[in-house]
Amino acid sequence: MSLLRLTGRAARALVVKLGLVVALLALWQVLTVEAQNIFFPTPADIAVRMRELWFSGPAAHLFVTGGFTTDVVPSVARALAGWALGGLVGIAVGLVAGRWARAQGYVDPPVNFIRSLPKPAIVPLFLIVLGANDRMRIALIAFGCIWPVLLNTLQATRAVEPTLRDTGTAFGISLPRQFAMISLPAAAPRIAAGLRVSLGLALILMVLSEWSLTQHGLGNFLLTSQRSYQVLDMWAAVAMLGLLGYLLNLAFLALEKRLLAWHVGFTGTPLP
Amino acid sequence: MTARLHLDEGTTSVSAALAVHNITHRYGPGGPAVVNGVTFEVARGELVSLVGPSGCGKTTLMKTISGLMQPTSGTVTAFGRPISGVPRELAIVFQDYSRSLFPWLRVRANVSFGLSGLGLERSERRTRVAESLAAVGLTGHEHKYPWELSGGMQQRVAIARALAYRPRILLMDEPFASVDAQTRAELEDLTLAVHREFGMTILFVTHDIDESVYLSHRVVVLKRSPGEVHAERVVDLPETRDQITTKADPRFVAQRAEVAGLIRDAALGSTRFSLHPTE
Repeated sequence: MSLLRLTGRAARALVVKLGLVVALLALWQVLTVEAQNIFFPTPADIAVRMRELWFSGPAAHLFVTGGFTTDVVPSVARALAGWALGGLVGIAVGLVAGRWARAQGYVDPPVNFIRSLPKPAIVPLFLIVLGANDRMRIALIAFGCIWPVLLNTLQATRAVEPTLRDTGTAFGISLPRQFAMISLPAAAPRIAAGLRVSLGLALILMVLSEWSLTQHGLGNFLLTSQRSYQVLDMWAAVAMLGLLGYLLNLAFLALEKRLLAWHVGFTGTPLP
Repeated sequence: MTARLHLDEGTTSVSAALAVHNITHRYGPGGPAVVNGVTFEVARGELVSLVGPSGCGKTTLMKTISGLMQPTSGTVTAFGRPISGVPRELAIVFQDYSRSLFPWLRVRANVSFGLSGLGLERSERRTRVAESLAAVGLTGHEHKYPWELSGGMQQRVAIARALAYRPRILLMDEPFASVDAQTRAELEDLTLAVHREFGMTILFVTHDIDESVYLSHRVVVLKRSPGEVHAERVVDLPETRDQITTKADPRFVAQRAEVAGLIRDAALGSTRFSLHPTE
């Protein structure tokens, strides 16, 4: 009975949520049809254009077009590579620096300084040092992604229950293994929160990094469309970026929910 | 349990399982001593309780004895060897199971955690985990998370984890302080059963007087500010203890009262008693 009521409630919540999305889309459609402004195409036109550009390929290519391969794939690959790299560095540095209370005075000021730096400000430097290539783009994305992960890892590692570490020491677990067996899983919920923030940053920096000197990617496509007054293409790129961000976040949340289910059970609270 | 037979004044640091010699600990140089010149020994196979009023440095003492913390001065030897760091022979059951069990690991993985540093074969690990869980009566709960279990069961997991490690010395730091009275009695009897079955040396820290007398061969009473050994008493009770008959035994009642008196004196910080005044 209670299960039925629960599923009933979940279904109603879903209907309400979807209903709102549908209503907003309908409103958008009505407004743009009424306005007849060339800078504001209708969502239906945008959807059709997205299909033409990226999703009208042959079945053998999973329905994606050549455009998808040149515009979307490199962008997603860059964003994910930079995110993964930045995440790994942030986790590794955070775990080690967070382990020693005495390091706090040395670690926190520079971390807070660089974290507050607007990341686009670093683009010229990266361009000069690394050149206008994928290495620079991935480095830029990684650079942006490090900080939320590092900060969260640092704070979470500092907050790891000392008795857990004592337990590791008491059972003769070496320090390097304690990082993997104790600090990392104990800090994982906060690390995941940092990674989620960084995932959004990765997309922003991906677009930014593709505004300079590249032939591929959604950022480049967006800028090219704007420069050639292809307004519909521009909107299609924006919608595609929104869709990508949404789907990546959804995938991440699903993974997080699976891996960190213990945290919800242990604390009785949702993930941070 | 033949430990009592080995218990005599001739016990030396070499034959003792655990010898704590003149341990002093200060937090920060020049700071007040939290633990001051504590000396006592635990013979092989003996079960000794360390009991004292709150603030007598029990936790600090426990950490230095286990090797988790270096004392400011003094030595701890396990089976004649001075320790630096936690010796292989020693396992600890911490006070707060909710802080010492890994919430992301299921019961089986928690118990097997202690074995990961030993380089054992997988089959050996499985056997030990199964045996230890059986010894604490948790067979069938392998796939649960600790936080799905009651407090008493969680502390059983912590005990199983220590048992799987096959220690020769088991340090129990106020292990039953946060469970209800009924569960506490069950866990006390489990401790006695484990001691009988595995024959290891147990040092049991508690602030519960009944518990200290009920469990031990000997009670070491600490006094506070700074933590020092106030007195030691050999518990004169039959080896086999029972929650009802032992606690009704006039000898238990008398010794419980004596230890209670010692602790009250210790808390008041009155004159020191000489060691073994009964001898």
